[in-house]
Amino acid sequence: MTRSYDFRALALTIVILVVALGAWELSTNTQILPGAGEMTEYERLMGGGSQNAGVPAPSAVMQKAWEELSDPFHNTGANDKGIGIQIAYSLMRVLSGYALAALIALPVGFLIGMSPLMFRALDPFIQVLRPISPLAWMPLALFIIQDSEASSIFVIFICSIWPMLLNTAFGVASVRKDWVNVARTHELGPVKTAFQVILPAAAPTIVTGMRISIGIAWLVIVAAEMLVGGTGIGYYVWNEWNNLDLTSVIFSILMIGVVGMALDAAFGRLQRAVTYTE
Amino acid sequence: MTQPFLEIDGLAKRFPGSKGEQLTVFENVNFDIQKGEFVCIIGHSGCGKSTIMNVLAGLDEPTEGVVTMDGKEVSGPSLDRGVVFQNYSLLPWLTALKNVMFGVKARFPTWSKEKVEEHSYAYLRMVGLTNGAEHRKPSQLSGGMRQRVSIARAFATQPKLLLLDEPFGALDALTRGTIQDELLKIWQDSGQTVFMITHDVDEAILLADRILLMSNGPFAEVAESVVIDIPRPRKRAEMIHHPAYYKIRNHLVDFLSRRSGEIAASPREQSGGRRQPLTVRPGADDEKPTPDAERVRPHLVSLAG
Ligand SMILES: Nc1ncnc2c1ncn2[C@@H]1O[C@H](COP(=O)(O)OP(=O)(O)OP(=O)(O)O)[C@@H](O)[C@H]1O
Ligand SMILES: [Mg+2]
Repeated sequence: MTRSYDFRALALTIVILVVALGAWELSTNTQILPGAGEMTEYERLMGGGSQNAGVPAPSAVMQKAWEELSDPFHNTGANDKGIGIQIAYSLMRVLSGYALAALIALPVGFLIGMSPLMFRALDPFIQVLRPISPLAWMPLALFIIQDSEASSIFVIFICSIWPMLLNTAFGVASVRKDWVNVARTHELGPVKTAFQVILPAAAPTIVTGMRISIGIAWLVIVAAEMLVGGTGIGYYVWNEWNNLDLTSVIFSILMIGVVGMALDAAFGRLQRAVTYTE
Repeated sequence: MTQPFLEIDGLAKRFPGSKGEQLTVFENVNFDIQKGEFVCIIGHSGCGKSTIMNVLAGLDEPTEGVVTMDGKEVSGPSLDRGVVFQNYSLLPWLTALKNVMFGVKARFPTWSKEKVEEHSYAYLRMVGLTNGAEHRKPSQLSGGMRQRVSIARAFATQPKLLLLDEPFGALDALTRGTIQDELLKIWQDSGQTVFMITHDVDEAILLADRILLMSNGPFAEVAESVVIDIPRPRKRAEMIHHPAYYKIRNHLVDFLSRRSGEIAASPREQSGGRRQPLTVRPGADDEKPTPDAERVRPHLVSLAG
């Protein structure tokens, strides 16, 4: 039953994909290129005169993908690095900022969840800091840290800390009293109680927060790298736009999606591993 | 007279009620439990049985009074007092075996992993849970199986006192009977002391040496201590033909349906000092109430034939 359902869903997905790509291909083929003689200044500026005028066809994007993915790690100068290298730069920034955030958010969240007093005391700070767009921190970070690399890591840190912090606090605070009582009647100390009862009990909520955080971090890194420049997938997109290479822009957009999906899937797997049914 | 194993002295629990008044759930609760005794407590819902048990476990603090076990005052939970909660309270992310091992590891921290596992297995075997069920998580077990895991965990830690809060409340009659028999067997083999809350009169008669009866709350108290003069081993089917059975049963039902409410309504005499609940033996041949001092483990004496 579910198997045939899965199969039908897959078939439908493929049909939608083929139809969408077909429509895209057709629409780009019928596009009327403006004659070179009547081109305005603006059109020339926007690349109307180049070979790549207009939105590229999916076939062109696929060809580009083939080229790039067959040699993803080539490195021939600052403006010609393979997509693999760019993604690796972005991932490295995301993972270091994210790890730092986890290092702080998980223990602090634990503390807040355990102590209603700490929750009350820290709540105003969290409420004010949380809604700030992470990019708003960028100028301040650049000024204080004086280093673009560290600043983008800081931006990742600041955007991924909140969901982890709040989910950890919430998960820890809502651990069933019965389970804590089990720990108490077995004379477990505070550390053992934290690791053997509260952590596994709150793990599904905590991992949900971590999953939300990694998603946000991946969204933010693209924007941060567009601002800071140098390396990374965000810089790559912006650079290709400046080169008026829309085929590369579309290809890298797709790659951003694929990497984001992989990150989410990894945390989805972790989530399934720690989930329990009562 | 030697000091009883467990001594409950002047226990009271009050909650801050509305309008600044205090809501007294129970007060002046005194009773003793001897070593190796199986004591049940019965009373209407809300009279404070679970609260008393939580105080005995050390999970809750009384407003007044002290609990003494083995000559030491109870303060805070201890592995000497094993608890089987009404809702099993197994850790849902651990398998049945791991749940038992959790308790054993806490009790015997120096044991090797093999020894812990072996010991846990032995207790799971005792409750009949060793044919694959031990590797399942609580959510994949039936209510009765979960309850047995919970009992195995409590017994495996070999506490001096076992506290059971309506352990069979959620089970069907058939499962209930099986686990009751298992509980009796384990108790008789281990010689542990058991304090158990129940709503079921027949269950209490089957299991207990003595049944404590609580009057209705608020201001509830332990009014009577009913000695069950039915020899052991008791069998459900044979027990109901015993002459003492209906006398005891009628006494209990009468208390629950009529007198528990009357006691609650009657004015309280301000008796100072420690007033023990009245000991009654409705099942004894002679209907004379026995003096307090003579209370002994009834199944060792076996008064009725
Ligand atoms: N935090 C609290 N604040 C106020 N009243 C409370 C609180 N906790 C318990 N009570 C009251 O204490 C009384 C005794 O509760 P308890 O759970 O001990 O009853 P019980 O005898 O175990 O009942 P049942 O048989 O239904 O389990 C109840 O009337 C309840 O309303
Ligand atoms: Mg109760």
